[in-house]
Amino acid sequence: MDKAIEILDLLCENSRLTEKQIATITGLSEEEVKNTIKNLEDKKVLLKYTTLVNWEKTDREVITALIDVRVAPQQGHGFNRVAHRICQYEEVKSVSLISGTYDLSVEVEGKTMKEIALFVAERLAPIEGVLSTTTHFVLKRYKKDGVFYEEGQNDKRLVVTP
Amino acid sequence: MNTDKYISNAVKSIPPSGIRKFFDLVTNSKDIISLGVGEPDFVTPWEIRKEGIDALDRGSTTYTSNLGLPELRIAISYFLKTHYNLTYDPEKEIMVTIGASEAIDLALRALLNDGDEVLVPEPSYVSYAPCVTLTRGIPVFVPTDEKNNFIITPDDLKSKITPKTKVLILPYPNNPTGAIMKKEELEEIVNIIIEYDLLVISDEIYSELTYEGRHISIASLPGMKERTILINGFSKAFAMTGWRLGYIAAEHGFIEAMNKIHQYTTICAPITAQYAAIKGIYQCEEDIVKMRETYDKRRKFIVNGFREIGFDCFEPKGAFYIFPSIKKTGMTSQEFCEKLLKEEKVAVVPGDAFGPSGEGFIRVSYAYSIDKIKRALERIKHFAERIL
Repeated sequence: MDKAIEILDLLCENSRLTEKQIATITGLSEEEVKNTIKNLEDKKVLLKYTTLVNWEKTDREVITALIDVRVAPQQGHGFNRVAHRICQYEEVKSVSLISGTYDLSVEVEGKTMKEIALFVAERLAPIEGVLSTTTHFVLKRYKKDGVFYEEGQNDKRLVVTP
Repeated sequence: MNTDKYISNAVKSIPPSGIRKFFDLVTNSKDIISLGVGEPDFVTPWEIRKEGIDALDRGSTTYTSNLGLPELRIAISYFLKTHYNLTYDPEKEIMVTIGASEAIDLALRALLNDGDEVLVPEPSYVSYAPCVTLTRGIPVFVPTDEKNNFIITPDDLKSKITPKTKVLILPYPNNPTGAIMKKEELEEIVNIIIEYDLLVISDEIYSELTYEGRHISIASLPGMKERTILINGFSKAFAMTGWRLGYIAAEHGFIEAMNKIHQYTTICAPITAQYAAIKGIYQCEEDIVKMRETYDKRRKFIVNGFREIGFDCFEPKGAFYIFPSIKKTGMTSQEFCEKLLKEEKVAVVPGDAFGPSGEGFIRVSYAYSIDKIKRALERIKHFAERIL
């Protein structure tokens, strides 16, 4: 397998693996791992080392909404200009161009539903070129980035067997 | 009612499983990371599951022939040929069982008379000795040790053979040590096996999980096919533990004898699992390879992790366990495991659960994600810093 992809796969599973640990797993030298990762970072393949947090188990209120946005494509720019514009807001966590009935899928985070509703009404909807928005609030997460949120879903085996 | 007086002496003489005891302890603990499991963390490959669903859909809900579906026996014969260069006649020399577990029981029951001695290497899987005892045979343990890479040497073997010795159990790749026996090492014991007219029950359930070179079956060595009851199954290689499907390949006469017991005690293995397994053999080679590669990465990671923490760790070449020594802690295996569970909430299995020579070791499974292994290693490191 392509060593760079193997390293990326490992970092996707646990981004805190050290270069030394990655070297052990892949059979590469530490130096090779270091160089490959640096290269991936330089080329902006490896953009960020993230965490996955179940905010529901913390004191902080985090509400997420997925917003379907219909956009009028612009001459020479398609959907890019509107998409870039939407990306500028801090509340916006992700923006993707999608196929189907809608054009952009926008993920927004806020403290309350009202905060998000206001964001959509006052910031998102008025952008020139945005034709319509449909807001879906996330009520419960079952799985994200390959991780199950409820315990017992990930590993159904008995804890100790011969 | 005092049930005890009605229970047979043979059953009473079997000690409770050391794993069971630890299992109860673990079940009562919360938020633990377990590295104690003896089965794959993968779900059965989708093609196999789908065929199981289809078989039910088609209404395949009947008994099969005692030996198993003819198509499955042909598939097994093909698998043994292509993977281990073994030639078995699917009509006469292969039978399908309810897991390798039933196969072990059948083989022992078909072969043993009262008082026959069976050589059981240890540490090894927990069921051999009890099954021998239940058959009124006598288990004779052959201790193996780290300095010999946990294999049986000719001297070990010779020292335990008596006129009553009839069978040698050969459990490689080994649970719990992860040891394998290479071709040259097998060749060294073959002469003794033949000289003393022994039979071999070769439990090769982990045969697809070897990491430096392919598995060699003792049955493939000259003069050994006729002396070997080869046991294998779908649990480990195909991640099908819960389907309960194994098989035996042996001389026709042995198969006939075992089938006699099988037909009266279980009739046949479940038909759904049998159909699904056929699909597995012909279509899931890629899945097997992928799983093996994944285990291999974890193996390197966890062996290195334990060594860096400061434990001596034998390098396992098969199965999905490591068997590090905890002797330098001065604790017994049980003490170590209980303390690790209580203080760091990590579950591993005490080595003595697999026989007395497992004392001073722990069995750690790497049938877990790198992410989980990493977190467990951090906890074990924390623990070791206090006790080493």
